[in-house]
Amino acid sequence: MRLRHVVSSLDLTRDDYFRIFELADKFYDVKKLNYLSGKVVSLAFFEPSTRTAQSFHTAAIKLGADVIGFASEESTSIAKGENLADTIRMLNNYSNCIVMRHKFDGAALFASEISDIPIINAGDGKHEHPTQAVIDLYTVYKAFGEIDGRTFALLGDLKYARTVNSLLRALTRFKPKKVFLISPSQLKVRREILDELNYPVIETENPYDVIQEIDVLYVTRIQKERFVDEVEYEKVKESYVVDLKLVNMMKKDGIILHPLPRVTEIDRRVDKTVNAKYFYQASLAVPVRMALFYEVLGDREDD
Amino acid sequence: MISSSKRDELIVSKIRNGTVIDHIPAGRALAVLRILGIRGSEGYRVALVMNVESKKIGRKDIVKIEDRVIDEKEASLITLIAPSATINIIRDYVVTEKRHLEVPKQIRGLIKCPNPQCITNNDVEAESRFITISIKPLKLKCKYCEMYITEDDVIRQIL
Repeated sequence: MRLRHVVSSLDLTRDDYFRIFELADKFYDVKKLNYLSGKVVSLAFFEPSTRTAQSFHTAAIKLGADVIGFASEESTSIAKGENLADTIRMLNNYSNCIVMRHKFDGAALFASEISDIPIINAGDGKHEHPTQAVIDLYTVYKAFGEIDGRTFALLGDLKYARTVNSLLRALTRFKPKKVFLISPSQLKVRREILDELNYPVIETENPYDVIQEIDVLYVTRIQKERFVDEVEYEKVKESYVVDLKLVNMMKKDGIILHPLPRVTEIDRRVDKTVNAKYFYQASLAVPVRMALFYEVLGDREDD
Repeated sequence: MISSSKRDELIVSKIRNGTVIDHIPAGRALAVLRILGIRGSEGYRVALVMNVESKKIGRKDIVKIEDRVIDEKEASLITLIAPSATINIIRDYVVTEKRHLEVPKQIRGLIKCPNPQCITNNDVEAESRFITISIKPLKLKCKYCEMYITEDDVIRQIL
């Protein structure tokens, strides 16, 4: 089955994930291919991004596609008052696929209802960022050879982080042993997401209580603007820093992931430990996004 | 049913033509009138019965409106705040049609998503859409931002 839109990580089945992993293996080392030559990819970044936009751009070029688009609202007619729907219609005329990032929740689904060509959600507000979840799980797959049976922990801001929503939903396609959700009480996972999870979930506030059980520690940044009280923010920020003390308590083969950019939530001394896999994770972004492009746009025998 | 309608007759007389909305959860009659856009100055003859005994639902409200029909959109909104309500169409003092309301599986455009960052609140073309998760208590989920919306949210929007 060919993928159509990738708006949510739930748009992918278990088979889709594994097929994408295999393709990403194949694309990891290649210089340049021509699978998508003659095709045009639109990068519609209504909200600025560096690494996500660049990795999509690189992935498209490496498959031989041409790339058009914009990197912020200021440079588009949105600044003149054009609505999202009209911008999507325009890109629909010029290209074969639209990769979009937008500040509003649900923007990608709305765009997919307007567009005749595939929409790939590169982040919509605090809602979802499905391609990041594919990269996250691909990293786990590379590290352990499997995803089922592993114990995960997501740490930090679990309420407003779109990567968290996408990862938790993607995990419903697998059978994790359990998933710890470690956050201050005001940043717990939204009920809406929690309600649909089909694996054991344990909410806690203290990483030290559970660190010894964890195979995959997924760290997200706690943002200052989420707190009314600055003192409270400073306190919470301190207690969720991943430092050598915490990492030394981890399983030997446990891994630490982070969607990046990282600020102070992971101590830089952790970077040199064998557990730190976040830069490796980032290096998988291009092959995974190549695989996604290939799935969505590549010519297939069954076409 | 007969005894309870007899009791009502003690309070208000029958209407000749129009609509009787019965079995409204106690205290919600004003919200129902608000959905219908009835504030009093429109001139409709309206009878409002609040907090009377009901065999079916304990206590209930009733609204009777002469010479006014209820369209589908209004009926859908009423189901959200009064899922137990029945709508009786009266012609010449007789109930000619009895409609039991059902909360629709999907709700389009009637209510706003309470999330200000939802695309449906930020694009002229985007229409709100909710999926019904549960009826008692009422819980809807925005199709776009996937935020839950509760009965309280709906009532707050209506009043």
